[in-house]
Amino acid sequence: MRFNVWMNSLGRASMLWVDAMTGWPRLSDLALVVQQIYKVGFLSLIIIVLSAFSIGAVLALQFFTQLSSFGAQEAVGIGLALVVLRELGPVVTALLFAGRAGSAITAEIGLMKTTEQLSAMEMMGVDPLRRIIAPRIWAGIISVPILTAIFNMVAIYGGMLVAVEWLGADSGGFWTGMQEQVEWWEDVGKGMLKSVIFALLITWVAVFQGYDSLPTAAGMSMATTRTVVISSVLILATDFLLTLVLYGDL
Amino acid sequence: MRMRTIEISVGVFVLAGMLGLVFLAIQVSGVNFSRGEESYQITARFNDVAGLRTRGKVSMAGVTIGRVKSIEVDMEWGDAVVTMQMFGSPGKLTTDTGAKILTEGILGTRYIGLLPGADEETLQAGDEITDTQGALVLENLIGEFLTNLGGSK
Amino acid sequence: MSDNLIEIKGLNYSRGDRVIFDDIDMAIPRSKITAIMGPSGSGKTTLLKIIGGQIKPDAGTVLVNGQNVSRMNRKALFAVRRQIGMLFQSSALFTDLSVFENVAFPMRVHTDLSEELIRDLVFMKLNAVGLRGARDLMPAELSGGMARRVALARAIALDPALLMYDEPFTGQDPIAMAVLVGLIKGLNAALGTTSLLVSHDIHETVSIADHIFIIADGHVIGAGSPAQLRESNSRRVHQFMHGESDGPVPFHYPADEYQFDLLAGPGVRD
Repeated sequence: MRFNVWMNSLGRASMLWVDAMTGWPRLSDLALVVQQIYKVGFLSLIIIVLSAFSIGAVLALQFFTQLSSFGAQEAVGIGLALVVLRELGPVVTALLFAGRAGSAITAEIGLMKTTEQLSAMEMMGVDPLRRIIAPRIWAGIISVPILTAIFNMVAIYGGMLVAVEWLGADSGGFWTGMQEQVEWWEDVGKGMLKSVIFALLITWVAVFQGYDSLPTAAGMSMATTRTVVISSVLILATDFLLTLVLYGDL
Repeated sequence: MRMRTIEISVGVFVLAGMLGLVFLAIQVSGVNFSRGEESYQITARFNDVAGLRTRGKVSMAGVTIGRVKSIEVDMEWGDAVVTMQMFGSPGKLTTDTGAKILTEGILGTRYIGLLPGADEETLQAGDEITDTQGALVLENLIGEFLTNLGGSK
Repeated sequence: MSDNLIEIKGLNYSRGDRVIFDDIDMAIPRSKITAIMGPSGSGKTTLLKIIGGQIKPDAGTVLVNGQNVSRMNRKALFAVRRQIGMLFQSSALFTDLSVFENVAFPMRVHTDLSEELIRDLVFMKLNAVGLRGARDLMPAELSGGMARRVALARAIALDPALLMYDEPFTGQDPIAMAVLVGLIKGLNAALGTTSLLVSHDIHETVSIADHIFIIADGHVIGAGSPAQLRESNSRRVHQFMHGESDGPVPFHYPADEYQFDLLAGPGVRD
């Protein structure tokens, strides 16, 4: 019974996504996408930068104290870079995005449904899937990789500040060790690939939960909670699978 | 007016993302675009390359002069064929140059160290280094040590 | 050209196990104000959504201007809807657009008019509802009555052939109600638009409608001019038109005998 309900939701969610994303985007849609990038991307910058900085700093601190007992302080850079680029960057950015922007997307679409704005649009002969849903999906797919790149940069920079400036690891060793080991596609590229997949998942869950919410206050609050919970679980589960697929042969 | 602020903010946002990627490319992963300009390949056969990875260093006297391009196994001879991408133009390494698989630090990564030779002739693109020494594998060393210990009794 | 803009034949629709419409026939004449009345939950709003093609009926034909909206693909449906203006119960103004942009919205998506022309048209529409001065406000700054008038200006933005009003009087104060009654009547006369009104406010509806349908329990139980309906000798129509609390539509939700329930003591009935 429960299973049927889930499959039903999955089916409707898939149809929503396909209906919203098929067809040629028009030039006039670009302004809508830009507006949404501002809402979901630009406005998420502060939380991303703050989290990235503190996570980078904490990681550097932990790596440094552990590695210095082997006399291998230079490896802080490598360890930090690999952990951030491959796992923490994409995953933490996605989790923060789900909490900050995913829930907002759900609430906004839910409110539009509750106040009949979506119906009104349909009755005006404007397709809300193209006008409301699609720009938000595109904005997410564009914003999350950008946020991830910024997260990675800030986290590594923050780690460098702690390891080099504060704890006194050798600056040359920190950077060259990183440059020797980190590979452009294997580490940076695959991390970005993960973030694109996370973006697809989060926006998909968020727009569907909003679109499918019950048009009541209680229904909307339930939908926003579900967006955060479902996308967080999906991000973590998918990350495990992606790591297996992308790095499994190592 | 409001629309203008949004557009500028999004522009700044996208720019910051690109800056992040450039930072990750140059400062973190050390992608260097100029080195690709001139290079040539030579190969070397080792009985064991345990732990050597592609993009590993090829160095002489501690200076990096090339990178490991590919590692393949030759089933007929049962040894590993390593192709190295050397920076610069050929004509500087002698044909009796030696190649050794070394380890950086005690737990560090494997790399190829080249030892200068004294021959007149030099290696050309596609040539093979014959004087090689493979990786020291700890298990084999211990095994040998134990056999010797048993033999001396 | 038929005298009727909308013709509904043999309409059947049920949601889950509940039958909303059971074989309904209806004809809405052109350029008149037609009202659909009925108790809450009788599916009046659903009927508007079926006419707008937002809900597909289980059976029957719904002709709008001779075209069957229940058999249309999305694209054709969107073309028909440009001829339909609808005023929603919650006004449904776009919360992130100003009053001006709300009214301009249908023009911007459906026409290639120049910015000056759109400006003039929006001012005309806003002037018609008396809110030209409120053009720069955001929907959150409007009172309920003003929001509904802005929504009305937006509904007539493209000079539709059909205007549908979903419960326009609900939740309005007496002044706003009088303003809306005047507007609906005035717009109908000025634009020659066919108006379809869904309401259960007898007094206001009777004062403006040319023709009324009363639906209950999935059937049309009465139809005619306000005067005819008021004199109707059907007991159900009489109960509705005169707002009596008990009659064929019972005051009590179906229940066991009162005495029995009282004697049964605490606990839930099985």
